[in-house]
Amino acid sequence: MKNLLILGAGTSGTMMANHLRSKLYLNKWNITIVDQYKTHYYQPGFLFLPFDTYTENQVKKVGEKFIPMGVNYIQKKIEKILPKENKVVLEDETLNYDVLIIATGSKIAPEETEGLVGPLWKKDIFDFYTYEGSLALRNKLRTWEGGKLVVHITEMPIKCPVAPLEFAFLADSYFRKKGMRDKVDITYVTPLTGAFTKPTCSTALAYLLKEKDIHLQSDFAIEHVDNDTKEIVDYEDRRIPFDLLVTIPTNMGDEVIERSGLGDDLNFIPTDHNTLQSKAHENIFVIGDATNVPASKAGSVAHFQAETLTDNILLYIDGYPLKKEFDGHANCFIETGNNKALLIDFNYVTEPVHGKFPFAKIGPLQLLKESVFNHWGKLAFRWIYWNMLLKGIAIPFVSRNMSFKGKVFDIKPDEK
Amino acid sequence: MSVKTIAGVAVNISEEGYLEDMSQWNEEIANEIAKEIGIELTPKHFEVLNYLRDKTAAKESLTIRGVGKSGIVTIKELYGLFPKGPLKFSSKIAGIPKPTSCI
Repeated sequence: MKNLLILGAGTSGTMMANHLRSKLYLNKWNITIVDQYKTHYYQPGFLFLPFDTYTENQVKKVGEKFIPMGVNYIQKKIEKILPKENKVVLEDETLNYDVLIIATGSKIAPEETEGLVGPLWKKDIFDFYTYEGSLALRNKLRTWEGGKLVVHITEMPIKCPVAPLEFAFLADSYFRKKGMRDKVDITYVTPLTGAFTKPTCSTALAYLLKEKDIHLQSDFAIEHVDNDTKEIVDYEDRRIPFDLLVTIPTNMGDEVIERSGLGDDLNFIPTDHNTLQSKAHENIFVIGDATNVPASKAGSVAHFQAETLTDNILLYIDGYPLKKEFDGHANCFIETGNNKALLIDFNYVTEPVHGKFPFAKIGPLQLLKESVFNHWGKLAFRWIYWNMLLKGIAIPFVSRNMSFKGKVFDIKPDEK
Repeated sequence: MSVKTIAGVAVNISEEGYLEDMSQWNEEIANEIAKEIGIELTPKHFEVLNYLRDKTAAKESLTIRGVGKSGIVTIKELYGLFPKGPLKFSSKIAGIPKPTSCI
């Protein structure tokens, strides 16, 4: 018997277990998946939890429920990967593998920024990229009386790069509904050149910040948080005051990647952009947030990667060359508040454009334009996630590679 | 995309003035782009620019943090070299694409 080992039972790992168990012979391949945590979170829900749109129970389930029969599920901490010996050391046992899939994801590292985890952490400074952070923020917002709300990105890359902007949009709607928008000043702070960095998007969407009265501070690389004056401070001593700071801390790959010497300086694993094979070891494959590929760290990306990676694992096992297939395809809903959302569809090289999705000319979803339909799509996606995506069921009419059907290249970027 | 003559060379640039093809870059082009931004390039600038170009050629992602850890400059020094937007300006002068997010 040969062993296929999957590290991490999040979105990517769970999908791979489901894809591969139905494709690998039971009498030839053992499949084992390891994750130290019992709970599987629907992470897109962390955006809605603070605004009381979702309840706790809508964003978490027991992870084992989504692991298929015939896959050995081990709930233990991973100590170290030993790529030269084809072994993985867990807290009290060592596993051998013939093929390894690393799906250990990414997580926030607030301790990387001086003063972030200080006296104000979880009092006036919150994250919403963890279940605990999102929940604590909800409780804060329920009784917050207003002031300066600063939504802040520490540095790229981050998981779901549009989530901070969505948070700012949803905050605008939330405070309007509560009748206290006049008491809240919202500022969006980014290390990039603006809220929108791709020419098509800044042309099509720049109106959103104005319409929602969200102030922008760009090119801000945080150096530390001043807990005494309640300001974030950058390397040029630019200071932005806050009463409530919602920050996206540095995102990093899991510590086990660092302990195993497999990652870059953010613990992301150098991975072939198109085959998803690790660059250092031919029998190690990487998927989802754990890779260093320049695609968005998002569930849709993991979903498209999983289809390519499944084929490539089968090709690898049989000794065939791998498909250079993955194109960086991402497909993301972006909540813009007031029960509307945008949808974007793009890849490594093609910027988001206008058009209809998934059916050319019909839609029903609109690309890069606000619509109520898109918002319903985002909400429906939670059901799709739990019932289709994790189980590796292909989403009808949505292909792994980006399709150019139905796309309209009509946006002429502004001359700058 | 359009063609612009910089330091006597016709190069393809994006609508925001970033070089589309990093192989068209040379030091004179760097000097001229820097002058437009208001930066006088020194050998230290070129050390950073070459580091950024090497990373980009190796298809590795660029972060301010990464530059800070490169051993060439600290982040504070990077700001000193390229004030008011170190990555934005250094990537433009280095002839590599602008760092972007997904929208």
